[in-house]
Amino acid sequence: MSTETTTGTPMVLAENVHKSFGHVEVLKGIDLTVDPGEVMCILGPSGSGKSTLLRCINHLEKINGGKLWVDGELVGYQERGGKLHELSEKRIAAQRRDIGMVFQRFNLFPHKTVLENVVEAPVQVKRERRREARERARVLLDRVGLGAKVDAYPSQLSGGQQQRVAIARALAMRPKLMLFDEPTSALDPELVGEVLDVMRGLAVDGMTMVVVTHEIGFAREVGDSLVFMDGGVVVEAGSPREVIANPRHERTKAFLSKVL
Amino acid sequence: MTSPEEKSSADGSSAGATTAPAERVRPEPIKAVPVRHPGRWVAAVVIAVLVAMFVHMLWTNPAFQWSFMVDHMFRSPIIEGVRTTLIMTVLAMLIGVVLGTVAAVMRLSPNPILSGAAWLYTWFFRAVPRYVLLVLCGNLGILYARFEFGLPFDRQLGSLFGIDLDGRFFGVSANEFLTGFTAGLIGLALSEGAYMAEIVRAGIQSVDPGQSEAAQALGMSRPLTMRRIVLPQAMRVVVPPTGNETTAMLKDTSLLAAVPVTNELFFQLREVGSRTFQVFPMLVSACLWYLALSSILMVGQYFLERYFGRGFGTQERRRMAWRGRTIGGAGAGGTGTGGA
Repeated sequence: MSTETTTGTPMVLAENVHKSFGHVEVLKGIDLTVDPGEVMCILGPSGSGKSTLLRCINHLEKINGGKLWVDGELVGYQERGGKLHELSEKRIAAQRRDIGMVFQRFNLFPHKTVLENVVEAPVQVKRERRREARERARVLLDRVGLGAKVDAYPSQLSGGQQQRVAIARALAMRPKLMLFDEPTSALDPELVGEVLDVMRGLAVDGMTMVVVTHEIGFAREVGDSLVFMDGGVVVEAGSPREVIANPRHERTKAFLSKVL
Repeated sequence: MTSPEEKSSADGSSAGATTAPAERVRPEPIKAVPVRHPGRWVAAVVIAVLVAMFVHMLWTNPAFQWSFMVDHMFRSPIIEGVRTTLIMTVLAMLIGVVLGTVAAVMRLSPNPILSGAAWLYTWFFRAVPRYVLLVLCGNLGILYARFEFGLPFDRQLGSLFGIDLDGRFFGVSANEFLTGFTAGLIGLALSEGAYMAEIVRAGIQSVDPGQSEAAQALGMSRPLTMRRIVLPQAMRVVVPPTGNETTAMLKDTSLLAAVPVTNELFFQLREVGSRTFQVFPMLVSACLWYLALSSILMVGQYFLERYFGRGFGTQERRRMAWRGRTIGGAGAGGTGTGGA
């Protein structure tokens, strides 16, 4: 488990965040702090807004109210003269560069090989030299245990292997924060372990991570903090062992009793 | 349920139920009398008779003038016509694909002005028949004596401010510029662009939105995502209908006579036909020429489809299915799980 290296600025800070799709309010005032090096797991039933919160953090969704900072920078906006100004596409893309995201359905680029998937963003976005990017990609793929699969296409890999490539692809951008959106929910049960192992390794190396998951075991062992969400609000938050062993809120108790 | 276990314990093996099926005797392959298909035989006879009648007609009807046709269909003006037709097809398709891609990207852009302009373009050029459009392009010389490029409304602005402003950088005479070939190319390309716009739009929309999200999450800009991630995947859906469009374009070059373009294939063949009063043989040779040319295009399409289908597992899956059969059948998607 990572040691707390609080430097003052939290990696993620959410203040009364609201998000609606049309008339449906999905996030109803979320407050959240993730410190650098912290692994935060978000639990909750489907429709509780946990994935939406994650997508707001890298501005895949625009928030309607409240404020959201990543590493001290407002996400998607700039404050000038007491007014919020929307950021240009370019600035938003630049903000996302430092935030890695892993999706439930992997979303690897099917027309590119494993190595090309990992090399794509560093070369095209960061203008890294292709040769260096490839070398680093190989190191990363070795680290997730796929050094032998560099030339395969995603369709030739199992779900677990695809998800590990997706993690390597995100890491290739040297992110300061990694977001995981139910990374094991689309996997066969026997493949879940290999992905969680890679994530555990990342946590040990001190990566700041926000993980939306249904893996209670992972949350308990790897997480530094746990947030339980329901109906668009944070119902309960605290140390994972504490919350899982002694949930205080009725809703948390009911949820945990079903998934444990 | 219990019989395999009983059998294995009776055999004295301690391996248990899991190895039991292997010890059973493999049954003889089934040899059964196949179902008769009398209908197939009847159909074969009927079709054979019809084909024989057709071949007999080709052979005996003097109007075909086969030797005359073969003698005339490879003369140099005809070969020149084939060249023009091919060049026109390739150029019109190239410009059409570029125009169509631009129009499709514009159409899907969040900018309402761009999207509206693209819609207008598609609406107009899909509505006007190609033949009409080609005649119109051939007569554009009536509208302009010269085509000039420069500042818009230069003379009007000049007279407004009372100065003699001439902001035209270069110009060409309409008669020089709008030769039959250019006018025909403009007409065909503009019309093709409108059809391609819809094809490319369908292709772009067929790509999983998760792909753009993943690219955006990596910090890729919208244009970069379009160019590197979405369009290459859209191509898989775009190529087959584009093959259709190319074949249609090849055939529509025969409309160029309306511009007029006189050195294209069909015009030349008909010219020979009317000059020699052998109309029908030259029409048959036209069929054969277009048949040959579109067959060549089909080969090209095959290789394009193979290239853009990479990673989508048509070949791989076939190979995997083959391997799966020889090894003993791993489930779909479960191949290579132990590879790492």
